[in-house]
Amino acid sequence: MYDFSYSRASSSDEAISKHGASDDARYLAGGMTLIPVLKQRLDQPSDVVDLGDLEDLRGITEDSGAIVVKAMTTHHQVHSSELVKSRIPALADLAGTIGDPMVRNRGTIGGSLANNDPAASYPSAVLALNATINTDKRSIPADEFFTGMFDTALEEGELIVAVSFPIPEQAGYKHFPNPASRYPIVGSFVAKTSDGVRVAITGAGACAYRQTEFEEAWADGNLDPDKIKDIKISDEGLNSDIHASAEYRAHLINVMTRRAIG
Amino acid sequence: MSYSVKMTVNGKEVTGEVEGRTLLVQFLREHLGLTGTHVGCDTSQCGACTIHMNGRAVKSCALLATHCEGQDILTIEGLADGDTLHPMQEAFREHHALQCGFCTPGMVMSAIGIVDDNPDPSHDEIRHALEGNICRCTGYHNIVLAIEAAAQEMNK
Ligand code: FES
Ligand code: FES
Repeated sequence: MYDFSYSRASSSDEAISKHGASDDARYLAGGMTLIPVLKQRLDQPSDVVDLGDLEDLRGITEDSGAIVVKAMTTHHQVHSSELVKSRIPALADLAGTIGDPMVRNRGTIGGSLANNDPAASYPSAVLALNATINTDKRSIPADEFFTGMFDTALEEGELIVAVSFPIPEQAGYKHFPNPASRYPIVGSFVAKTSDGVRVAITGAGACAYRQTEFEEAWADGNLDPDKIKDIKISDEGLNSDIHASAEYRAHLINVMTRRAIG
Repeated sequence: MSYSVKMTVNGKEVTGEVEGRTLLVQFLREHLGLTGTHVGCDTSQCGACTIHMNGRAVKSCALLATHCEGQDILTIEGLADGDTLHPMQEAFREHHALQCGFCTPGMVMSAIGIVDDNPDPSHDEIRHALEGNICRCTGYHNIVLAIEAAAQEMNK
């Protein structure tokens, strides 16, 4: 790891101003991505601003039909939250599939979304549930947030404060885990709300995206797996690596989506 | 850059001078001489470096020492009470849950975390919860038996 200047912030405002005052700073949330990236010397920030003391960025509440998860809430906290389990069980399930117990004790929802790894689990839930990402500056709708591989609508220094998930009528998540590391080779999140059905896929492309063919097939709100069974997903542009070919991922998209609601 | 850190390790307050990039596991092993915490992979996969921070199992190879300022750290060295092993250590010994022993400190720390979250885990739940710990020797079976036995003991 290259060395850097380290500082911790005692408030969101302080974190943002420290970030702004630095040449090339990174926020440190749970560190489950940032630290490995720094260890591999894939990144060389001048400053690391630790958000670990920002207790006001932790916690889960219910607010007018939505579950609001603050940015520094860990995957373990989402997975074990009685509120999430009762209102959006699929979200609690998803959080419990990320990494392993030790990673879930550190990794945060804000960190995962800001990083936008192509194989991250949370982006599929954010997209399918049509969540809103609240930052220090504005509210970003899910459909505008994920802009590409490791790329988001966040501006330099913009800090995610919370994610607001509308409570769906029905939702489910399923992923096919990489056999060694357990990340989703393909994951599918299906959600039905008063606004319709949304299906979001992660692991298959540059970042999570909506699979509109399935959404159209389920437009009447009846999530019958048979209705999508024969829909062939094109493998064009899908990720292809030693773990799974694009063709295989295309096949998994259909299978995981049916299992998500099975 | 050099920073002074102060934290509680195994119930004692410790201080040291570290760099921004110093990992907690380096601080434990190289500064404090607590070499019971192992580095297997250094890439957050094997779990040999597992310790508890504020009562939660975490991987000390993926934590900055500076981040642990003021936190409460428990390592494998802090478990036994003199010559009396912690029930989890005793169960690992009793059930022959180790061979070379390299993974064992991390296994034991994770295992205590498993029982803290789930006082009566099934074999299946134990196997799932061990997802972040790799053992190259035992085949895991006796580790699962040890954790099950220790859970009974810890619940008494
Ligand atoms: S050394 Fe930390 S997980 Fe392997
Ligand atoms: S006992 Fe040798 S690695 Fe587990």
